[in-house]
Amino acid sequence: MECRDLLKKLCSINAVIGREDAAAQAISGILSDYCDEVRVDAFYNVIGLRKGQGENPRNVLVSAHYDQIGLIVTGIDENGFLRFTNMGGVDPKTLAAMEVTVHGRRDLHGVIGSKPPHLIPPEDSDKPVKLEDMLIDIGYGAEQARELVSVGDVVSFRFPVLELKNNRMAGRSMDNRSSVAALVEMLKELERIRHRDNVYAVATVQEESGLVGAFMTSWNLKPDLAIAIDVCHGDMPDAPSDESFPLGKGVAIAVGPILSRKHARACIKLARQEKIPYQIDAEEKDTGTEAAVYSSALEGIPTLLLSIPAKYMHTAVEMVSLDDIGAAARLAARYIAFRDELDQEGDSND
Amino acid sequence: MIEHGVLSTASGEYPESLIDTLKKLTMLDGVSGDEKPVRDFIIELIKDRADSWHVDNIGNLIAFRKGTGLGKKVMLAAHMDEVGLLITGINDNGLLKFKAVGGIETRVLVGKRVRIGKDRVPGVIGYKPIHLQDDSERKSTVKKSGLTIDIGAKDREQAEASVSVGDTAAFDYDPVEFGDQKLMAKALDNRVGCALLAELLKDRYPFDVYGCFTVQEEIGLKGAKAASYAVEPDAAIILEGTTCYDLTGTDEHMMSTRLGDGPALTVMDRSVISDRGLFRFITHTAERLGIPWQVKRTISGGTDAGRIQVSGRGVKVCTISVPCRYIHTPVSIMDKRDFFNVLKLAEGTLAGLAGWFSEDGNAGAYGFDQNQSGGESDV
Repeated sequence: MECRDLLKKLCSINAVIGREDAAAQAISGILSDYCDEVRVDAFYNVIGLRKGQGENPRNVLVSAHYDQIGLIVTGIDENGFLRFTNMGGVDPKTLAAMEVTVHGRRDLHGVIGSKPPHLIPPEDSDKPVKLEDMLIDIGYGAEQARELVSVGDVVSFRFPVLELKNNRMAGRSMDNRSSVAALVEMLKELERIRHRDNVYAVATVQEESGLVGAFMTSWNLKPDLAIAIDVCHGDMPDAPSDESFPLGKGVAIAVGPILSRKHARACIKLARQEKIPYQIDAEEKDTGTEAAVYSSALEGIPTLLLSIPAKYMHTAVEMVSLDDIGAAARLAARYIAFRDELDQEGDSND
Repeated sequence: MIEHGVLSTASGEYPESLIDTLKKLTMLDGVSGDEKPVRDFIIELIKDRADSWHVDNIGNLIAFRKGTGLGKKVMLAAHMDEVGLLITGINDNGLLKFKAVGGIETRVLVGKRVRIGKDRVPGVIGYKPIHLQDDSERKSTVKKSGLTIDIGAKDREQAEASVSVGDTAAFDYDPVEFGDQKLMAKALDNRVGCALLAELLKDRYPFDVYGCFTVQEEIGLKGAKAASYAVEPDAAIILEGTTCYDLTGTDEHMMSTRLGDGPALTVMDRSVISDRGLFRFITHTAERLGIPWQVKRTISGGTDAGRIQVSGRGVKVCTISVPCRYIHTPVSIMDKRDFFNVLKLAEGTLAGLAGWFSEDGNAGAYGFDQNQSGGESDV
């Protein structure tokens, strides 16, 4: 499957944080085409293994979380409207008039409604509408709504993938299905390269609410090297230039305190040698990604963070470039295969 | 029971094909001033129903149905245009500046998809990620000035290859049937009116009927002014999709209409006070036929009725609307029963309108209102 279609397929899967159970099989099906074995753990992390072909293979973990932000039903009112709160970092300002799918007894179409502006008192007119003042309209009266929906059901945003100019794709859940696509593309690339190490390609769960999947994954696999793939902010006019990266200019390689200096430096060197487009992403803190978990897991796992720039993160129109996904996949695959040769050139120590 | 035997939906059998027509109409784009795709579709729909039709200078489609002898002219009006965006500039970084055409709340634009111009170039309206918003940005409303359309272009040159300043952009949302008889779509305001008006042209009436599919309603009722000037009707019925704010927590008197409570009749809005006699005749028709109906409670908004009423020597007008939640967003919602009840009520009204003309329709001219003792409550 072409990366374009792969990304579309991945984005059509619903996996709201903590409710990845319904999606694990689909993810597992996609990984299994390129792995020697795939298993799903008790938390629905999907773990693909591509065995190394060398002597004394080490274990490399490459992970991309596949959960997505969403909403959760907190109440069903007397007119059949649903009350809700957020799961993960949802900006209430992005919710007005959104299409959603309520994962109730069956999947139900819905629309997010809220008070029209002329009914909002003047003293509140410069305040954004609060989550607790919004509701989901599923088009049913109270009795039917209560039959179909329960408090605790999750809600996903409904948005198709749009193909835009320059290989750019927009839609919901590009954070982080674009990285899952990179994970799959990396596996495809590894089919063409001889690699010594075992590669665990893992689609992880519950990243958006506490990096949960990364904890058990690193403990279970005890890797020698961890590579987290995630999105970083795409360049936008009103975003700080050192915290956002232009689309189409390559994979962002993170450098900073929690990241392995040795591996990051070698990775940059490889990207330069192989002419893989890259950008450098300086992260002064814990990155907000699974890299933060890996770097201090076990006795500390040397960790790399590769990021795909995504504009408008955590809106329904997250935008990424297929070119950047390809660059991330190529770099990850080639780094896994060739890192020892780079090391021999004595460019490391710290 | 029905004088002229034209009430095709009297049995309660809803022509589902009309919902398909409505869905197709909502999938066409017709931002004010750029209604051609909608007009072309409607021409195909009505050309065999009308005795004649023409498109006037401003872009209204006017279809004519010769009457069977009563020397009266009735105008049926539904506007074809929808709210949308106008591309007003292209930035060096390839992002498109825009202004709203018609009343669109800024906050409903965030995170939406649009299609631009004849070629329907896809684009999205993004927003600064919550991670990058400072405290004051998180606590404030959406700022219109920060919004642009992103078509994925790298720079101005690339954007200019597919988009021009002056192109219109419409929401890119497909209709969905869901819930209990609900239909979600963009532009239900006023493709519901277009679909119903086209349906009404199937019948022949005692009076001449001018089916006017008007333009530029959303930016100030422009098309209706030209159409009513040309038609000089004796009475006009305006078919609309109107506001419906019946969400939980809204005081009843602030709910303009309620979804599922039937056709909404306008007593008064910002543009017009409906003709009392015609209003009463329509409500009597509803009662007689057992069709639920409601008064539109709030007086905000306006319709083509306001322009038509004051054209020529004056026209008796009344607006019948399908209540639609979330109009002027990409996801407006109607109840299919309301839609068909508007059809039933409009058919019933037209069936009896010849009688109204002879008994009541001219009453105002003499200062009498013969129906005063009818006992209709003063809603």
